[in-house]
Amino acid sequence: MQRVIFLSLLILSITAKSQVKISGKVTDNHNKILGGISISLQNSYDGATSDSLGNFSFTTTEKGAHILSASSTGYKSFDENINIDGNPLIVNISLKEEITALKAVIISAGTFEASDQKRASALSPIDIVTTASANADITAALKTLPGTQQVGESEGLFVRGGTAAETKIYIDGTLVNKFFYSSEPNLATRGRFNPFLFKGTIFSSGGYSALYGQALSSVLLLESIDLPEKASASFGFSYLAANAGIQTLSKNKKSSWGFTYAYTNLALVYNLIKQKLDYFQVPILNEGDANFRIKTSATGMLKYFGSFSTTNVAFRNQDVDSLNMKDAFALKNRYMYHNLSWKEKIGRGWKLNIGTSFSTNHDEINSELQDRNNVKQVLTNDSIFAIKNFNLENKGQYANAKVVFEKNLFSLNAVRFGGEYNYSNEKSFFALYNGYVYPQVIKENIIAAFAETDIYVTNDIAAKVGLRAEHSQLINKTNLAPRASVAYKFPDNSQFSLAYGIFYQDPESKYLPSINQLHFAEATHYIAQYQKISNQRTFRTEIFYKKYKDLFKTGITSYGAFSAINNKGFGDAKGIEFFWRDKKTIKNIDYWISYSYLDTKRDFLNYPFAIEPSFVSKHTASLVVKKFVTKLKTQFNASYTFATGRPYYNISYDYANKNYKIFDEGRTKDYNNLSLSVNYLPSIGKAKAKSFTVFVFSLTNVLGANNIYTYNYSANNQNKVAVTPPSKRFLYLGCFISLGIDRSQDEIDNHL
Amino acid sequence: MKKVFLLAAIICFASSIFAQSDKYKDAMKTNIALLDSIRGNGNGIELANKFERIGDAEKTQWLPYYYAAYSTITQAYAEKDNSKKDAMADKAQQLLDKAETINGKENSETGVIKSMIATTHMTIDPQSRYMTYGPAITAALDKSKSLDPTNPRPVLIEAENTFFTPEAYGGGKDAAKKLLDQAKTLNDNFKPETDLSPNWGKTAINYFLSQYK
Repeated sequence: MQRVIFLSLLILSITAKSQVKISGKVTDNHNKILGGISISLQNSYDGATSDSLGNFSFTTTEKGAHILSASSTGYKSFDENINIDGNPLIVNISLKEEITALKAVIISAGTFEASDQKRASALSPIDIVTTASANADITAALKTLPGTQQVGESEGLFVRGGTAAETKIYIDGTLVNKFFYSSEPNLATRGRFNPFLFKGTIFSSGGYSALYGQALSSVLLLESIDLPEKASASFGFSYLAANAGIQTLSKNKKSSWGFTYAYTNLALVYNLIKQKLDYFQVPILNEGDANFRIKTSATGMLKYFGSFSTTNVAFRNQDVDSLNMKDAFALKNRYMYHNLSWKEKIGRGWKLNIGTSFSTNHDEINSELQDRNNVKQVLTNDSIFAIKNFNLENKGQYANAKVVFEKNLFSLNAVRFGGEYNYSNEKSFFALYNGYVYPQVIKENIIAAFAETDIYVTNDIAAKVGLRAEHSQLINKTNLAPRASVAYKFPDNSQFSLAYGIFYQDPESKYLPSINQLHFAEATHYIAQYQKISNQRTFRTEIFYKKYKDLFKTGITSYGAFSAINNKGFGDAKGIEFFWRDKKTIKNIDYWISYSYLDTKRDFLNYPFAIEPSFVSKHTASLVVKKFVTKLKTQFNASYTFATGRPYYNISYDYANKNYKIFDEGRTKDYNNLSLSVNYLPSIGKAKAKSFTVFVFSLTNVLGANNIYTYNYSANNQNKVAVTPPSKRFLYLGCFISLGIDRSQDEIDNHL
Repeated sequence: MKKVFLLAAIICFASSIFAQSDKYKDAMKTNIALLDSIRGNGNGIELANKFERIGDAEKTQWLPYYYAAYSTITQAYAEKDNSKKDAMADKAQQLLDKAETINGKENSETGVIKSMIATTHMTIDPQSRYMTYGPAITAALDKSKSLDPTNPRPVLIEAENTFFTPEAYGGGKDAAKKLLDQAKTLNDNFKPETDLSPNWGKTAINYFLSQYK
């Protein structure tokens, strides 16, 4: 008996140790072979990793019921109950792909994103500040991307046949009014905001999300930086400005505050670089900003950013109607901006984004007709000269609020909805030479509601569908704007996207009030994009068609100003664009090339019929090159932009026929600009340096091309004057010092 | 009769316990011996999977997950395709999180892996990622050193980082030499806690030192 028991125990233990082979093949749900997948018998060490043909095989001494599992990042885990009874087992495994942000197709039609997040993007934030022609101006950097025009006589982004007013700019989700410094005649002013304030930039040249509206062509979305890594103090000096600031960081690294102040005076610059304008008040700017950022919880962030600025500038220019006269223009501006935003995850997959902003703008403009001795001339008997003497005071108040709720459904699927409110109150006092004052108030309240959903069918197919409704109190009209885009990813990771949307915009306040009932201007976008982002290289091409409807037409009011009179304008724009970025082919050189072809015509404002508008070039191309020379601790940047000549028109009212007429037209010569910039970073290499210094040198229009943007005509149509850049070249020289924070490896090359 | 039965039962039970524990040690030793071969044969993921299976089966041992994380990140270092590196680093982080959860705290060894993970993320796009990952690399190594000043591995990783950093940024061969010598001294004197505890690095130290001859 004892022996029997012992023997049976022995047999049992021997059979238990007998080995069974388990093998099979791993594929995904499209039957694609998967290598490198871990297969394991749960609660044992036994298992294998599939080889490059998807095959796996291992032996086990386990017996009975077990679970065979397989897992890999990006796939749903696979479990199968198996029974090991001594015979070899063949288990073929099919893994289902999980939809993840890393693998999923990106809905990208119409969009350029600059971010340092993990997802592939065509640009990084540092590209904005190291583009040679940009001079650290955000929108100037964007002008090296496809879809934008090289308009130099007025500020803003002219996108795909649209005017600058058709582009709206948002910071942390809320609309920014008066993003650019106040307009000066025939000059493009810069954006008010320092590019270092932002960690992410999304530039959409069309087909954008239902979260944004009141822009017929384009939106620029800026996301402000979060808590800094370290506390720091910074100083900057250049031959035109000086600035100083501090940024603190609390000990628990959960809150931070800071402020900066900058003083700009162009007296020295204008002494050294000859200006075409005769400045009797060189531009002087006082600017300050302040911020706080508080981590309100593990997932919550409260941010405030506020700034103020004052500008004072005055200059004389040759009058277009008389060779003996000059136009004197003086501008004093005060501007203030506040933005408060809060982001939080409120549980159960819900996210909340709240943003508000408030800004005020005050312009005092004085225009005078002066003789050759700079003495004011009041010529009352000729209305053309008479109206050149005036004062204009603009007082604007703007408030915006936006709430977005977002609910994450399974995998990447999400729904988003919310509301937006935009308020503007613009008072102006136009005082003519004779003392008559024309006061005017334009108030607008726009209420919008929007909803949008992200639908991921697989990693390869995704769609975004949205709807936006807006009501304008000013014109008392409501609109409904559908938006949709789809994207498909090919097996080689390239992707194809389509976008469609209807966009509405109310009339610009400068064309108001109107004597007639107006409604929204409308644009419909159709965009197709092919994009391939691979290791160090990006290729992107887009074709688009944009149909304009109900554009505003203008007429002349009693005191000579334009005013919108109806919505009978129309137009369209079509084109093709290419973008190629390559960091690989030429060692240590990073370059991008963009090309835009634009075919557009429109009838709007005072155009007598549909014509190619004066702010577009048919062909625009840019080459941007960056090279860091380690030995010299210096980055060299160059950018070259070429644009074919723009049409120009002399459109005047024909009193005989009581309509607008083109009295003269032509095409400017081609535009060329080669810019260079050099950043020298001497602190690099001093391990644990307490301060970090950057020297910046930049020169625009190195080749000295005589660029002409457009022409101005005299009232009698006899004289035309070219509108050109204010100086042939512009040179910038500055030095920035940052204490406490080591930024030296910002520019580290690819070796580490 | 009863005694014999009991005895047999005890023997069976005890041997299974010893067998279990021997099995763990044997499996770990076999796999640890393969660590140095990853850079040569590219089998890091296979090895990581083996360690992960041991970890999944044992449930109370942090070392299998630690080695799985180390194997994964070492393979990520060798990976040439940047588009795969983020996912590998994320996987290493998951494994390291499991190791730290079981161990109940971070230690000098997990700090080394943390810094390697940050380095992997950074090298994909140094220009734009340095601000995020640069400080994390240094912080993890500093923490690792402070938790165990006798550990040669944080010094080795720092030496390796320095070795591949251009001279203009304070790196280069010469700057790395001092650190390598220090790592070698530490390694010669290092006594691992158990025969399964981390003790890698000698091969790498010797490889880098051979570059000076």
